[in-house]
Amino acid sequence: MRPGSGSRRARTINGFLDRLFSVVGLVCTVTGFFVLLFLLFDVGRTGLARLDWAFLTGVSSRHPQKSGILVAWVGTLWIIVLTGMIAVPIGIAAASFLEEYAGKNRWTHFIELNIANLAGVPSIIYGLFGVAVFVRGMDLTRSILAGAMTMATLILPMIILSTREAIHAVPGSLREASFALGASQWQTLWHQTLPAATPGILTGVILALSRAIGEAAPMMAMGALAYITFLPVPPFSPAPPYLNTAGLFSPFTVLPIQIFGWVSRPQQAFSINAAAAIVVLLGMTFLMNGIAAVLRYRYQKKRMG
Amino acid sequence: MPNTYFLQAQDGRRRPDNRFHLRKTHSLQKVREKLIEGGLLLCAALSVFITLGTVLTLAIEGMPFFREVPLLQFLTETTWTPLFYEKHYGILPLLSGTLLTTAIAMAVALPMGLITAIYLSEYVPTTMATVAKSALEMLAAVPTVVYGYFALLFVTPFLKRWIPTLASFNALSPGIVMGIMIIPMVASLSEDAMRSVPRGLREGGYALGSTRFQVAVKIVLPAALSGVAASFILSMSRAIGETMIVTIAAGLRPTLTMNPLVPIQTITTYIAQVSMGDIPVGTLEYNTIFAVAIALFIVTFVLNIMSFLLKQRFRETYA
Repeated sequence: MRPGSGSRRARTINGFLDRLFSVVGLVCTVTGFFVLLFLLFDVGRTGLARLDWAFLTGVSSRHPQKSGILVAWVGTLWIIVLTGMIAVPIGIAAASFLEEYAGKNRWTHFIELNIANLAGVPSIIYGLFGVAVFVRGMDLTRSILAGAMTMATLILPMIILSTREAIHAVPGSLREASFALGASQWQTLWHQTLPAATPGILTGVILALSRAIGEAAPMMAMGALAYITFLPVPPFSPAPPYLNTAGLFSPFTVLPIQIFGWVSRPQQAFSINAAAAIVVLLGMTFLMNGIAAVLRYRYQKKRMG
Repeated sequence: MPNTYFLQAQDGRRRPDNRFHLRKTHSLQKVREKLIEGGLLLCAALSVFITLGTVLTLAIEGMPFFREVPLLQFLTETTWTPLFYEKHYGILPLLSGTLLTTAIAMAVALPMGLITAIYLSEYVPTTMATVAKSALEMLAAVPTVVYGYFALLFVTPFLKRWIPTLASFNALSPGIVMGIMIIPMVASLSEDAMRSVPRGLREGGYALGSTRFQVAVKIVLPAALSGVAASFILSMSRAIGETMIVTIAAGLRPTLTMNPLVPIQTITTYIAQVSMGDIPVGTLEYNTIFAVAIALFIVTFVLNIMSFLLKQRFRETYA
């Protein structure tokens, strides 16, 4: 056997493996997209035909053909807006503290560990927490407010993590310049760091809210019902005092719960309804994700250029 | 030369020198600063209270259950029928159901996610990898109830063509769909870990004549192992806690089995089933959901903490 022939063979095998993997890797990467396309095609084929104005503005009914998703999408809108109003300020404040104020000590480490765990707690457990603390503890019943507070607890860790990343990315020279001009720590945070981090924060917030739109498990644990045929009192009124909070305490349903209610029925007419509602839900989710992607893209371009 | 306007704290962060400020700023503003700092601290501490609240809720509501049912019986009995006339309180069937769907999901997500991660980090230019990653995130953005619909009304009928014995509700189809949902999580987190392996290590490999595949498998992957493991563990925790897909497509029948073709029930499904039903609050039947939720919380807690610590160790090695 000539010396070196083994190594030449090994080289051929290695070259083959290398090329093989560049194919396998590509296949694995695109498989996910194909599944997604399939899913969209399957749902769209069934659902788009059912989707019309009457479906969007009708309430649920025992007859699948007469059913609509008005109460569900209005409920989703209420929950999202309220969840954002609760979770976003708290999340940004917590992230600001951890990034800008907290020293690197045992307590900070403990809080970080705790947030990392919270981000991984199954969403249905948040639902049980919501039932015990908001629904029964604070006696809010199964109201929109209780639902929004539960959802806010769920997305809080996500908002904290993404906001921290955004604040961390703000260059330190900006803070130092502000301090040098005599600004206090809060003035620096409020007037310099947070505005500079806004696009990043916004991206994280939108993604967290889009996750909240699709979450059904905590609402199920709260016992949100699929069959509600009336809308909550609108928050704005034409006469003074213009704001009306009665809607906060009305029962509600959300799109994912409505879809679940329809999917779990054996009649095909209901699963067609589910597909149509899924088209609306996916539309909302992808719209929000699209906005987040555009924001992130612009932000990155601005930072580089 | 030391900068007199700043104090260099132990952690390397710079803060305004308060001794310098004292002379200039109004004391009212100092109070305001302190108040704001306190408020921000409160918001950060809120997360700790949420954890405490969750643990307390589960403990208090689960307590009545464990007063009636001994822990040993809960952990070893092999039937779970708390809602039937003849009641048995063994969590094993729910655990086996959870384990089965999770195992199927992992069998799909880990290889696919890891291969995707290696491909994106070692074979593809950074810009393309970023685009591919954000496109993959679309998969993660799809609400789980939609995946449930897909599993029940598309994947199960599709699989039935090849496996005629497959029941309408089964562990296989939701397991596969859950795995596909988790691919982006594994891929994205593992890719981050592999990308942060120093370039010098790779260049050493290439200088010795290695191919991309050899560098990826023999150098980058071992170096990023703790980061990759962290992503695996976190996605496992995610699969264990997933509710909607299994509730819609896996069935409601607690069965101690490893057969993926028959209906089963997971812990999360049981909680959802009881919550949606009309069992009165405060009864032993109702409290069972907190007992199984304790098991769920402990398992995911251990996994989440393991993942966090592994990730941190990885960061310390290469930061």
